Amino acid sequence: MGFFERLKNGLSKTRDNFVKGIDNVFSGFSAIDEDLFEELEEILIMGDLGVKATEEILDKLRKDIKEKHIKEPEECKQLLIDSIMEEMKQPEDSYAFENEQSIIMVVGVNGVGKTTSVGKLAGLLKSNGKKVLIAAADTFRAAAGDQLEMWAERAGVPMVRGTEGADPASVVYDAVNAAKARNVDVLLIDTAGRLHNKKNLMEELRKMNKIVDNVFPNAHRENLIVLDSTTGQNALVQAREFGDVCDLTGIILTKMDGTAKGGIAVAIESEIDVPVKFIGVGEGIEDLQKFNSEDFVNALFDISE
Amino acid sequence: MAFESLTDKLQNVFKNLRGKGRLSEEDVKLALKEVKMALLEADVNFKVVKNFVKSVEERAVGQDVLTGLNPAQTVIKIVNEELTSLMGSETTELSFQPGKSITVIMMAGLQGAGKTTATAKIAEKLKTKGKKSLLVACDIYRPAAIEQLKINGGKINVPVFEMGTENSPLTIATEGLKEAEKIGANVVILDTAGRLHVDEDMMTELQEIKEKVGVHQTLLVVDAMTGQDAVNVANEFNEKIGIDGVVLSKMDGDTRGGAALSIKAVTGKPILFVSQGEKLEDLDQFYPDRMAGRILGMGDVLSLIDKATQSIDIDEEKSRDMAGRMKKGKFDFEDYLESMKQMRKMGGLANIMGMLPGLGMKNMNVDTDESEKQLKRTEAIILSMTPEERRNPKVLNPKRKFRIAKGCGLDIAEVNRFVKQFEQTQKLMKQFGGGKKHGRGMFPGMGGFGGMGKGGFPF
Repeated sequence: MGFFERLKNGLSKTRDNFVKGIDNVFSGFSAIDEDLFEELEEILIMGDLGVKATEEILDKLRKDIKEKHIKEPEECKQLLIDSIMEEMKQPEDSYAFENEQSIIMVVGVNGVGKTTSVGKLAGLLKSNGKKVLIAAADTFRAAAGDQLEMWAERAGVPMVRGTEGADPASVVYDAVNAAKARNVDVLLIDTAGRLHNKKNLMEELRKMNKIVDNVFPNAHRENLIVLDSTTGQNALVQAREFGDVCDLTGIILTKMDGTAKGGIAVAIESEIDVPVKFIGVGEGIEDLQKFNSEDFVNALFDISE
Repeated sequence: MAFESLTDKLQNVFKNLRGKGRLSEEDVKLALKEVKMALLEADVNFKVVKNFVKSVEERAVGQDVLTGLNPAQTVIKIVNEELTSLMGSETTELSFQPGKSITVIMMAGLQGAGKTTATAKIAEKLKTKGKKSLLVACDIYRPAAIEQLKINGGKINVPVFEMGTENSPLTIATEGLKEAEKIGANVVILDTAGRLHVDEDMMTELQEIKEKVGVHQTLLVVDAMTGQDAVNVANEFNEKIGIDGVVLSKMDGDTRGGAALSIKAVTGKPILFVSQGEKLEDLDQFYPDRMAGRILGMGDVLSLIDKATQSIDIDEEKSRDMAGRMKKGKFDFEDYLESMKQMRKMGGLANIMGMLPGLGMKNMNVDTDESEKQLKRTEAIILSMTPEERRNPKVLNPKRKFRIAKGCGLDIAEVNRFVKQFEQTQKLMKQFGGGKKHGRGMFPGMGGFGGMGKGGFPF
């Protein structure tokens, strides 16, 4: 079952109340005029794409319409969908880490679903026959280690942890060495949630990132930022600031089973070029899926098939 | 600080307005277009923004503004008024059951909104109001959620009731209430699992608890960083369960927090608390009017004053004494140390500066971390002085300064610089202390700000 079906199946009727499908918009217009653009602006902004990305997308659409002499709203729709889809396309080497010895560090602000995502990712990799190790480097939040331990058990994956309040950098150091010694395929590092404007916490993350580089320079590195799809424009700032202390290689977009569209990912992709790699759509261990730009755009506009 | 960037933007808009003597209709429209953009970028809901801009425009365009003496001020005033009324015009507090009856509070929200943390923070807050709380762990779904609540409860010394993950949340809540009666608690806070507003089963669970246990106050915890979806979430929770108030979490991020505006506008429910910080005492009352003022760049002076009066030891005698001495320029190192302590109690430099009007941190370009460090060094210098030196700075001679430098581990040049700046401040204080009376023992703390704002505070 693909993510989109799961999304459709898993949701109650309530969701339909929110749906203001792009189909309705286009079928309601007989010509391409300012009113149509205003409606599109509303859909995109309500999808959290933000003012800037929305303007860019619509400007491009206007240009394309002019160049291609498009008259029908229906064609205009396809143009819009294609352009966003193009933007959200995965680079080819997106999942190269699956075939190499790699270290994945999962970062993000508080409450976005880092620990849960690490658990699900462990399950996913394990089911693909990978030898996985988890490091619980969130030594700050009460019981974070316990939470991860339960996920590790569910996934059937070993875990390295420090005591609550221990220096997370030391946990990372131990974990990377353990990963080396045990020759695991993938080391997953769960870090504590931190707001990107807390300088000290961000420096702590920079240090952890450096330790991984120093201890295991040959490993394939992935730094994934977890973004809550309900988050608004602040997610762009988050991606920027986290990217500043550790190079981001991808996004895990969580809580996509709600009514939020996660449109901020489009803005992030277009402004700082970090691709979405995974999408979280539920609470079960199997509810993490590889990103599919087509499904994503369809969900954004809520196009029923 | 939340809203900081929005403040900057609106300030820019109004700077252009201020430059003109009179406003045309186009000017108003242009300004409001900027307001609209700023609000959208702040994640205020699209529809809320639309209505807001419309109502401002209706009031602003036309006679009100055009014949006014100061058009720019009129526009600012209207935007501010509309914003305030949108946020709710008065502060709402949690209401409690009369007498000794137990008040049951239920926390609800999406996953990761910060319910468990907010639960503990509210209990801590209620402690200061003389309430005895019992926290009840009804989140049986998220791994280790119970453990997290227990640890937080332990930190603030508030009992936590749990029955593991085998019983239903309803049973746990019911038993929790009995436990509260047994131990004589008068507030029960139910920490529930995070859930999606579209998850019918999970929403029914909350409805049941609310009805059968008899919940008095249902609080929705919302992440301040939430985008356009905030409206859907709040609306659904309100329609299905019925909420009495909102706790806005993670306000210590740099989000512009437009969700706060949207939720209030759509549900009409008040925001009761603002949660900002990692520590369990970081929960503040929400003041809608102050927040509106802050958005418009008028600064959150009221909050600052409130914080100051709360933090400063209400030792009137001492304060008056200190203020008096300051006026005469007899402010000594002891007073200085005291002011510094009070400032720290108010949440440190960064916190205070964020609340001052026109001092968005970005504009100021001040590295607060560096300043905090400097403050610590200054403290070390004073702490290395003898009590006599502190009370009577005049006795400081090179030999003493050399000893102080050794004591605090700093270069003697730094000690010299500090003492010199201190003397200048003393003079400044003397000039300040002209005539006006300062009430409520505010002066000692504020004296520090006076210096700070002018860059004259010696650090």
